[in-house]
Amino acid sequence: MSGLVIALRKDLLLQWRGRLQIVAVFAFGAAALLLFSFAVGPDSLALRQHAAGFLWLALLLASTLSLAESFEHELEDRAIEGLLLLPAGPRALYYGKAIANWTQLALLGVALVPVMVVLYDAGTTRLLPLLGIILLGTAGLSAPGTLYAAMTAQARARQALLPLLLFPLVVPVLLAAVKATSLVILGDPMGQLRPWTTLLGLFCVVHVSLCGLLFGRVVEDG
Amino acid sequence: MSPRSRQWLAPALVVVGAALVCAGSAWGLFKAPPEVFMGEVQRIMYVHVPTAWNAMLALSFAFGCALAFLLTGDWKWDNRLEAALEMGVVLSLLLCMQGAIWAKPTWGVWWDWDPRLTTTAVRVLAVGAIPALRAFGEVPGRRAVWSAVACVIAFADVPIVYFSVKWWNSLHQAQSTPETVSSAFHWPLRINAFGILFLWTGLVALRARLSALRLREETAPPPPAEAAAATPAQGAW
Repeated sequence: MSGLVIALRKDLLLQWRGRLQIVAVFAFGAAALLLFSFAVGPDSLALRQHAAGFLWLALLLASTLSLAESFEHELEDRAIEGLLLLPAGPRALYYGKAIANWTQLALLGVALVPVMVVLYDAGTTRLLPLLGIILLGTAGLSAPGTLYAAMTAQARARQALLPLLLFPLVVPVLLAAVKATSLVILGDPMGQLRPWTTLLGLFCVVHVSLCGLLFGRVVEDG
Repeated sequence: MSPRSRQWLAPALVVVGAALVCAGSAWGLFKAPPEVFMGEVQRIMYVHVPTAWNAMLALSFAFGCALAFLLTGDWKWDNRLEAALEMGVVLSLLLCMQGAIWAKPTWGVWWDWDPRLTTTAVRVLAVGAIPALRAFGEVPGRRAVWSAVACVIAFADVPIVYFSVKWWNSLHQAQSTPETVSSAFHWPLRINAFGILFLWTGLVALRARLSALRLREETAPPPPAEAAAATPAQGAW
């Protein structure tokens, strides 16, 4: 447990020192939100209806930037080899990195919500359910994303490989998070919010445990 | 069985499989009666349904190879994984194409966001990314572990994708099995199913042999003159 805390502290500190990059990723997400509205046209009703989808697509696209970046430091001067020698164990390293990535993505999601509200007139007063969906959805992105970032960081063509591997995998996250966010924004007369959030939670449980189990093999072998 | 007689088994499987697919398809095209509602279009079922079964089988075999490699570390499983993954992707792609050809005259559209269709498309992408990962990872040890890990995760993801898409939108026909179709349609369906099965197992065996040869070349020690000139290996974690 203490190994996890130390690993998490290291990763959060790394992110804090590289906070300019987080601002750049936010700007990327906001730019994506702006561009999506050009694809649909100035139809305010249609934009409001698709606002949740645009928010999560922007978040998904931005996530590949921040996830890929998260392993850059570990490869510099082969820092990862030193980390693996520590008594913390690879599982602590994985969960530390995944929680740090999750924090960053959740913050990004929260920061993109006002942009969505302003651009698409998609406001809501149910902020707590919206926050819960953002937390669950970004956890679902960062759990497999962290593992794949560890792999692709050392491969050629890593910019193309990470989305190639991650996007098909997180289709359930995208579907469930978009549906749930839509229900929060546009109203939920049929009470469908719970099954979608359950699906998100299930995805997170499966991937958080499976990726934690397999991470050791990815960084130790080869 | 001696290694020498096994060498002939894979090509023999390919030949028998190809012959069976020709026979089953000829039967399905010319001998079997047309279906009452869909007419001639339905004949694509004789390849579509066996392709679906075999795509699932090939990918399940790939998953088994991935688990076996992670547990035993035996390289033969990595070679088979590479072969089975490629076969699974090809069969799944064929499945999507046949589905689109059948859907246009039947549903009036090439594509529909039906759960099984969408799941197959997502599966093609998820599994198709793994050979790409292999192509870009140069160190054999890493390449093998990465693709086995990615395969396990992709396989665990397929049921979640299916259920999420099912809730999201649901129009596909109920699955066709010999029990759900008239007996006049049984034989071409069964012959093609076994034909495709023999064809892919033979091809996978041949492809795995090719992977084993490449691995032997990659891991062979360099000739003495080159070894003296070579720089130390880089970045090994």
